[in-house]
Amino acid sequence: MITRREFLQASMALAAITGTDAFGSWSRLAAQQTLTQDDLLRFDDFGNVTLIHVTDIHAQLKPIWFREPEINIGEAKGVVPHLTGTDFLSKFGIAKGSADAYALTYDDYVALARSYGRMGGMDRVATVVKSIRAARPDSLLLDGGDTWHGSMTSFLTKGQDMVNVMNALGVEAMTSHWEWTYGTDRVKEIVETLPFPFLGANIFDAEWDEPAFEPYKIFERGGVKIAVIGQAFPYMPIANPKWMFPEYSFGIREERMQEVVDEVRAAGVDLVVCLSHNGFDVDRKMASRVKGIDVVLTGHTHDAVPEPVLIGETILIASGSNGKFVSRIDLDVRDGRMMGYRHKLIPIFSDVIKPDADMAALIDKEREPFKAQLEEKIGTTDSLLYRRGNFNGTWDDLICDAIRSERDAQIAMSPGVRWGTTLLPGDAITREDIHNVTSMTYGACYRTEMSGETIKTILEDVADNIFNPDPYYQQGGDMVRVGGLAYAIDVSKPIGERISSIALADSGEAIEAGKTYTVAGWASVNEGTEGPQIWDVIETHVRKIGTVQLKPNTSVTVTGI
Amino acid sequence: MELSRRDALLFGLGGLAAIVLPGAALAAKVDELTAAFAGSAAPSDGGITLTAPEIAENGNTVPIEVDAPGAVAIMLLAAGNPEPAVATFKFGAAAGSQRAATRIRLAKTQDVIALAKMADGSVRKAQATVKVTIGGCGG
Repeated sequence: MITRREFLQASMALAAITGTDAFGSWSRLAAQQTLTQDDLLRFDDFGNVTLIHVTDIHAQLKPIWFREPEINIGEAKGVVPHLTGTDFLSKFGIAKGSADAYALTYDDYVALARSYGRMGGMDRVATVVKSIRAARPDSLLLDGGDTWHGSMTSFLTKGQDMVNVMNALGVEAMTSHWEWTYGTDRVKEIVETLPFPFLGANIFDAEWDEPAFEPYKIFERGGVKIAVIGQAFPYMPIANPKWMFPEYSFGIREERMQEVVDEVRAAGVDLVVCLSHNGFDVDRKMASRVKGIDVVLTGHTHDAVPEPVLIGETILIASGSNGKFVSRIDLDVRDGRMMGYRHKLIPIFSDVIKPDADMAALIDKEREPFKAQLEEKIGTTDSLLYRRGNFNGTWDDLICDAIRSERDAQIAMSPGVRWGTTLLPGDAITREDIHNVTSMTYGACYRTEMSGETIKTILEDVADNIFNPDPYYQQGGDMVRVGGLAYAIDVSKPIGERISSIALADSGEAIEAGKTYTVAGWASVNEGTEGPQIWDVIETHVRKIGTVQLKPNTSVTVTGI
Repeated sequence: MELSRRDALLFGLGGLAAIVLPGAALAAKVDELTAAFAGSAAPSDGGITLTAPEIAENGNTVPIEVDAPGAVAIMLLAAGNPEPAVATFKFGAAAGSQRAATRIRLAKTQDVIALAKMADGSVRKAQATVKVTIGGCGG
């Protein structure tokens, strides 16, 4: 005998597999009936301390689509977080077509998105945080950074909209990455107003090589002394423009982390938490080498992992991105030791979790002055537009098309950042959507000439920043996206030997080392880069074409996985 | 290596004496420099800590620190520079610690090598790869 609930689930799964668009709103209803807020929040309280972790929100105040990666190669094959699609599902026992499959993997994304709806929204996150706090008044809410950047409103307010929202949410400590792209002065201006510490044990004065920011804060919750140590993104001055924050030096500084852990242990804390923006693989390595950290709350690489990863006696928690998830970690801390843990990666299904009214009002207030600008429709897409993955996503293909067409270049280059939300086939493309994949303080779209040799060097260099077998040499982004260019990459090779068969994609003509090509791109880390803002370039292009219809991109051949 | 009068004075102060080797004078390969520094001793691991960034924020000025308790001299080499010899630090008997920190220029991704000569004539070695990258695509 099949129950109604099972029937709904079964039919949803079927629709997901076959990708029936006609399933439409009826399935949305089904999703809402089978999923409830109570189910999503259900948690058997455990131990005496609760940590709440959010990270890499990238200024997404409203619910969004965000497709998880199809290709996500890493140091170790077949190991979290380098599992995608069905490998991911089988590792965690998640049913194909289920709500969790939709939240955590890419497979059949469009059909599942239509069934389960958008995710995130800071008003929904607020509901979840309030609910956890009601159950556990002694909880601690920690923000892993990449919070103030990533949307049109955060760009226009220089991060102020996010600061206001996170203050209202009641964040108790944060660390940083893209925050720094507003420049030192703006960061300092905001930090002075924050009701919580802006932590970074690895942020040093560049001239004197001395600690420049608060490294940690000790909290007392439920009689337990908790040290929260901040670790900012280590490769700030390399991956982002160092001229915007020339006063500071970053780096992994493993020995410094050990010193700080030893210092807080000596001060008698019961629990050591590292609030990190290192990225998953860097944190996994650091946790295996630095002794005395109980919990690493990892960020930067946007991985959402449904279970803690145990490294020695340290647990590593990865809470996804864009407000899609909130992690709740209950800990049993006694006699200065973490004796046990219980964890849930709570997916924020925006149609299931009720928005918090106060936060919803605040978000509306932040958006109000820009509403007309944000919501203006620029075009429509027939194609699924997404970015995340090691190589070109469809958004990148559209951006590269826009660059080549508007800037009259043979080759386009677009940065392999991991942020950027998704649009479904049939969606309108608003100005806000374009900003969601391009917003930044150094978005000038340059046009220049490069030799074939330089092009090869760039591809090799960026590839090594992702595929170097030692995580400490990885920066945590994805491969630079290209338009008009084809190449083959063997990710298993060392630097200088990964890239081959570089050619102009349209003609198939091989790129010659000594020959010069016109190249246009954006997000240059060099000071004084000139050109129109990338979002304007894309807007002009989309207005011209009206409806986006992308052909599958087969210009990159990947081997050695 | 011979000590100049100035070096000898610094040496005599018992503190840290840094002798920056001029480029042309020692245009030798890493092996030659190592042999010249170590003499007959075979360099072994341990007893020396080299602290260097994994990825240089600025290849023109990379902070490097070497700590070798009990060393009488520490030599620093940049294996991939046109001139690998960077500096040799000598420590007098009254030196409070045998530690040196400086900033060096690295032409490209390469290994930085530190050798420490101990009081008993043994030689310790540590090395670290420092990546010099164009970067610019962080997520």
